[in-house]
Amino acid sequence: MAVCVAVIAKENYPLYIRSIPTENELKFHYMVHTSLDVVDEKISAMGKALVDQRELYLGLLYPTEDYKVYGYVTNSKVKFVMVVDSSNTALRDNEIRSMFRKLHNSYTDVMCNPFYNPGDRIQSRAFDGMVTSMMIQVC
Amino acid sequence: MADEALFLLLHNEMVSGVYKSAEQGEVENGRCITKLENMGFRVGQGLIERFTKDTARFKDELDIMKFICKDFWTTVFKKQIDNLRTNHQGIYVLQDNKFRLLTQMSAGKQYLEHASKYLAFTCGLIRGGLSNLGIKSIVTAEVSSMPA
Repeated sequence: MAVCVAVIAKENYPLYIRSIPTENELKFHYMVHTSLDVVDEKISAMGKALVDQRELYLGLLYPTEDYKVYGYVTNSKVKFVMVVDSSNTALRDNEIRSMFRKLHNSYTDVMCNPFYNPGDRIQSRAFDGMVTSMMIQVC
Repeated sequence: MADEALFLLLHNEMVSGVYKSAEQGEVENGRCITKLENMGFRVGQGLIERFTKDTARFKDELDIMKFICKDFWTTVFKKQIDNLRTNHQGIYVLQDNKFRLLTQMSAGKQYLEHASKYLAFTCGLIRGGLSNLGIKSIVTAEVSSMPA
């Protein structure tokens, strides 16, 4: 269902980025990069606007003609960005939320791994497997 | 529950282990304390990641400090911080009247100098947690009397 998944660190560099149709990878990288601005805007607006009741899930960041981009920020300022295909209209908000939950759980497991230094690229196979299971339903 | 005693004993062993392994070279007191603090730092980062997974987003620094005092301390030491003071300019004083890791040591002035070794890990814990939440900090600890 998800076409591309990215984990971005607090200093805004990618810890993990993976997309399914592997030819157009650069396009997805650009999309994730531009969505970071939207994420920052939402986080900073939260102090003033009463829109957010201190939630971690950010919701739909912006839709393009083929794709929709969703965002989620943890308390440690690590951002998860997910790009899904617009033609896949069956995806509801709850499913996206549960996908982000799974991502967050796996990220926490990676963080607690003593062999992992915070700030490195994520190379855990368990994390890869979890992301693959989220993406594989497309093809 | 057995797991409280487990952590206390493991922590004591860790402190004496670090000191023993450093004995061959220099008896550099500072370096051992730094090692213990760095251990606590990494552990703190992982712990914070797990604990903040389900909590709502923090509004400001005071919120984060309150979280550390209540939830974090309760989960690690099974009690809350007794007193939190701040000068609203970046300095926070957390006071714990009955620190779990030191209650087993005898009362009185005898071991007061050695108490700092046992506090290094906890200082690192707090520093790691705060750094993962985006706050750069320096954590120092002091013991006024045993058991503290």
